[in-house]
Amino acid sequence: MIEAENISVAFGEAEALRRVSLSLRPGERLGLVGESGSGKSMLGLALMGMLPEAAQMTGRLAIDGHDLSRATDNEWRDMRARKVAMIFQEPMMALNPLRRVGDTVMEPLRLHLGLSKSDARRRALELFEETGIQEPEEKLRQYPHELSGGQRQRVLIALALACDPGILIADEPTTALDAHVALRITDLLTRLARDRGMVLVFISHDLAAVARTVETVAVMYGGEIVEKGPVAQVLSDPRHPYTKGLLHARPTITGGELRKRLPMIPGNVPALADLPHGCRFSGRCSVELPQCAEVRPALLGIGGLRACACHHVPEVVE
Amino acid sequence: MQVFLIKRTLGFLTTILAISVIVFLVMNVLPGDPSVTILGIDSSEDARAALRAQLGLDDPIWQRYLHWIWGVAQGDFGTSYFFRVPVGELIAERLPLTLSLAAFGTLATVVLGIVLGVIAAANHGRAGDWIIMLLSQLGIAIPAFWLSMLLVLLFAVKLRWLPPGGFPGWDEPVAALRSLILPTTALALVQSAVLARVTRSSALEVMRLDFVRTARATGMTRGRILGRHILPNALVPIVTIVGMQVAAVVTGTIVIENVFYLPGLGRLVFQSISNRDLFTVQALVVLFAAIVVTANFLVDIAYVLIDPRLKGRLS
Repeated sequence: MIEAENISVAFGEAEALRRVSLSLRPGERLGLVGESGSGKSMLGLALMGMLPEAAQMTGRLAIDGHDLSRATDNEWRDMRARKVAMIFQEPMMALNPLRRVGDTVMEPLRLHLGLSKSDARRRALELFEETGIQEPEEKLRQYPHELSGGQRQRVLIALALACDPGILIADEPTTALDAHVALRITDLLTRLARDRGMVLVFISHDLAAVARTVETVAVMYGGEIVEKGPVAQVLSDPRHPYTKGLLHARPTITGGELRKRLPMIPGNVPALADLPHGCRFSGRCSVELPQCAEVRPALLGIGGLRACACHHVPEVVE
Repeated sequence: MQVFLIKRTLGFLTTILAISVIVFLVMNVLPGDPSVTILGIDSSEDARAALRAQLGLDDPIWQRYLHWIWGVAQGDFGTSYFFRVPVGELIAERLPLTLSLAAFGTLATVVLGIVLGVIAAANHGRAGDWIIMLLSQLGIAIPAFWLSMLLVLLFAVKLRWLPPGGFPGWDEPVAALRSLILPTTALALVQSAVLARVTRSSALEVMRLDFVRTARATGMTRGRILGRHILPNALVPIVTIVGMQVAAVVTGTIVIENVFYLPGLGRLVFQSISNRDLFTVQALVVLFAAIVVTANFLVDIAYVLIDPRLKGRLS
């Protein structure tokens, strides 16, 4: 369970995250989407207490009732693996190349749960089976370079699940994988979250993968959540101009023919230090109002479970 | 694995043979006449000529080489002109001291170099890192013989904690070990300074890799990540350098044994060169070369033990 209130992460003057709030109950699956530099990975790292040393975090963050707003490195260490776990984008180098993958998965089991070698082995085998690794007995003895990308990502998922965490953060877990392998990994993550009643935070720029995997999606831009809601609703009926642009920029096949040119959002994501004070999207927005660059739009409820941070989209109080 | 071993053994023999040819040529081209060494400067020219004929020194050089190398292949290194005993005996007498010194020197280099390098890497950009890098820069810049003299002045002459030189023999183990402390230090300090820098930069490179982040994400302590994940992955360049340092330490014993008056092979090499003691010098150089080649062979084996991805190298 995650309670985050107004989390900001700054590097000196530059704000990588600005007043992000999240509340996730067990079993909930949240997708974080946005371009590179939108802050989605930074938010994932903040939830692991693994922000870069130079980062300054403010706001309130609690995981399973433990207040971690000012947690020391040691306190965070006790949370990792046992309460909150993370898998990363690049499965190629995410495993120690000199170790048999079985030993890598057994390490937290022995260290954190105090299991004996044979118990840890048995547990690792179960985890390999649960994450759909073929011939798990044999795979335990293999080295990372002997496995395919998909198998490695499964091993990393098994490793993340070793100490039965309540929260799994998956940062672009499928980006480096082939499309059909990626599909199986997202399905696996969905099943695991459901079976285990685990919070899943799925970070991706792949909207199709997000749509398959999560229930709720939060669209991030410039370190802020600009739109949030049930994934089907947000993707079919986007309200924020940025979300609209993002969805519009996807390659789609209409009438059996691929569109020749993809529409783009004009301009680039500005550097952190150059982000506008008001709406982060001002300057690139096609429907900009005079106040947009100066006044920050709050993330307000717009009916149902949806929320949007845009001066154009009026608040709906139910 | 068998193919690998056969290949390596052939390579070993070829290297040793090549070295023996070079040494033989160099020693025979150098000015100086062994008959003068044996008979003294006052000896008559007739006597010298007779001795040269007796020793076969007037034979063509290729004949002498073949005669010598054939003996070596059968374990006969010839007889020392100067000491008048078989070279094999001379070496056997002095080998234990030099091997101990080289072993201690290498061990101290490895322990000190890796520990300091890891500490520096763990404190990257902070005071600990700066201090260790500064000291290692100093260590690299200091010649071993000069460091030896400073060590003697401080620990033997001024503080009188340790003997300034000499070796009592292994019959008195405590005294023997005490007399090897300063030579070992002099040998190891410079080498460990080099190794510390290599260890540091190799560890820093590994620290940036993704699996270190994975280890952090699974709640490992800094120390465990450093010792169990980073260091093993940093070992390949470290082992490469250690292999080269074995050579440096073995040849370093020549200088160190002379500074500390240790009756080992290094001192024997020095004396034999001064005395034009051809057979002894030739045997010693070949022996030193064999030690170095063996060290390189062990390094190749170590690579495969460290990194399972390199298994292909064995075939």
